[in-house]
Amino acid sequence: MTGSDEALSPAARSLLRAGRWRWWELALFAALPLAWLLLPRQSLLINEIAIVALFAVSLDLILGYAGIVSLGHAAFFGFGAYAAAIFAKDTLADPLVGLAVAIGASALLGAATSLLILRGTDLTRLMVTLGVASVLYELANKLDTLTGGADGLRGVVMGPLVTPFGAFEFDLSGRVGCAYSLAVLAVALLVARRIVHSPFGISLQALRDNRLRAASIGLAVRRRLVAVYTIAAAVAGAAGALLAQTSGFASLDVFDFHRSAEVLLVLVIGGTGYLYGGVFGAIVFQLLHDVVSAWTPQYWNFWLGLFLVVLVLVGRERFVRPWTWFRRGRR
Amino acid sequence: METASYASLRGHERSRRIASASGSAPTSIAATLLTLLFDGIAYGMLLFVLAVGLAVTLGLMNFINLAHGAFAMAGGYITVLLMNRAGVPFVACLPLAFIGTALLGALLERTLYRPMYARPHLDQVLFSIGLVFMAVTAVDYVVGSMQQNITLPPWLQGRLPIEAVGIGKYRLFIIVICSALTVLLQWVLSRTRFGSRLRAAVDDPRVAGGLGLDVNRIFLLTFAVGSGLAGLGGALGAEVLGLDPTFPLKFMIYFLIVVSVGGTTTITGPLVAALLLGIADVAGKYYVPTLGAFIVYCLMIAILTLRPQGLFARAGSR
Repeated sequence: MTGSDEALSPAARSLLRAGRWRWWELALFAALPLAWLLLPRQSLLINEIAIVALFAVSLDLILGYAGIVSLGHAAFFGFGAYAAAIFAKDTLADPLVGLAVAIGASALLGAATSLLILRGTDLTRLMVTLGVASVLYELANKLDTLTGGADGLRGVVMGPLVTPFGAFEFDLSGRVGCAYSLAVLAVALLVARRIVHSPFGISLQALRDNRLRAASIGLAVRRRLVAVYTIAAAVAGAAGALLAQTSGFASLDVFDFHRSAEVLLVLVIGGTGYLYGGVFGAIVFQLLHDVVSAWTPQYWNFWLGLFLVVLVLVGRERFVRPWTWFRRGRR
Repeated sequence: METASYASLRGHERSRRIASASGSAPTSIAATLLTLLFDGIAYGMLLFVLAVGLAVTLGLMNFINLAHGAFAMAGGYITVLLMNRAGVPFVACLPLAFIGTALLGALLERTLYRPMYARPHLDQVLFSIGLVFMAVTAVDYVVGSMQQNITLPPWLQGRLPIEAVGIGKYRLFIIVICSALTVLLQWVLSRTRFGSRLRAAVDDPRVAGGLGLDVNRIFLLTFAVGSGLAGLGGALGAEVLGLDPTFPLKFMIYFLIVVSVGGTTTITGPLVAALLLGIADVAGKYYVPTLGAFIVYCLMIAILTLRPQGLFARAGSR
């Protein structure tokens, strides 16, 4: 290994080094099963965190790696949720097949809508992504024979989770659902990690930083954007499917603007562009949500808004590094 | 999470309001069309006054302010509270709504918005979403979440005594005021010294600053006037659009459509876009109420995909 390293250029070596496993990455992956083992009473909460984390990781792929600001990422989350719920209700109750169907459906939607975000400025992309989510919201609201309309799709009964270790029924305490979501999150993180450290992932960062320059060294910018948008949509669809399958319910709420805004916040809390930001952000966000909601359920949004404003005003970099607060310096 | 949603844009209640406010059902198809056109124009003019401040903020400072609707809501609530609690007449409330919101805008610009201008768009989006959430919940806490109603003075109620076409007096009032404002704005921007300074700052803030223009003051004043106009629009629209704490979220996408479809470089672009949106929305909700805002969103996506800079953008503009 070291022998071949010597022959490489410094740039290639630095890229290889960036792709190496860090101790904290291993610790994070080890923490996923540990969380399930050690906190059996918190299964429902951990399940929620895993779903939000997966959703935020998918946003990170397009925002952190490709630089696309989206205000409508909930479109894919919701599409996956409804796809999984409708598939389970009408066709087959097997969760893994349903997950695959939801991922496929969201990926198709992502590929189709990716063509809309290739042109224009940040504002145009914001509007188009927001518009796609709104259109889907309206559709889900109006097609009430299929989606249940404003009442949501109730009575989705999932079949047992068939694994090599046996078949598990989803239970009320959420133990199985939690393990399922954590496993999907782990697989998605591994796949995403492979993608972002591949030449494809590195070229994405190049076009994020300077699209014109990336195009002029011969990168096929549009093709890469379509590809990453599709992948991100598929992952978001998986998160939505997990929500629908573990809760047995899909409602209009999955397409809501709040979803898109919250996932942005989750990602920004955790930090963009290093893949695990979504996971850390989801943990902080959900715990915060639990604490504040218990204290003032109706006005949680106020504190959420205040948190956003302060976070942005202070700057995320400074916010997570309290020791720089009182230091005078570059900024 | 459950409070606000795009669903609030559901056409039914509003289209019924819009259609019924113009009075009893007109007889012929042509009359219906004319009434719809008239209501659409009134709605569009209202949207224009509501959104023009946003167009200036976006075009001038390249700042994505999703919280623009919060200023409109502030104007609406100033009017409602003054009328219902202090008994101020409606017409006197309008300038007060303008002034109050403009002061609020100036205060926020100076304290919170100014450091945001140089930030990336993501930061601006998060910041202004945060402001929207705070505004929505704060109003909910202070005033309550119910729909607010205002009682128009008698001379604005009902419709004009023309048999064929239903022309609501209040709609006409809105059109007159908004047209006057549009002409005034156009005149200020194109003929006055302040207008030419503003345009200089739009084109290149650094050079404008180098020539001795106080760009910060121009920004402050413009932001205040834009917020004030939104407040005035909110006051005028309280009766037509409905007013409750989720107003900024409900109409955020509409304001953004006006600006992004119209382009941010001229004032006529947003005006045309607002009129188109108003007419399309009113007509769409009258003829195909089941589709709701669906058509509007699809149209917006199509237009922005074909013309990402908006319908009326200058080539090479930001």
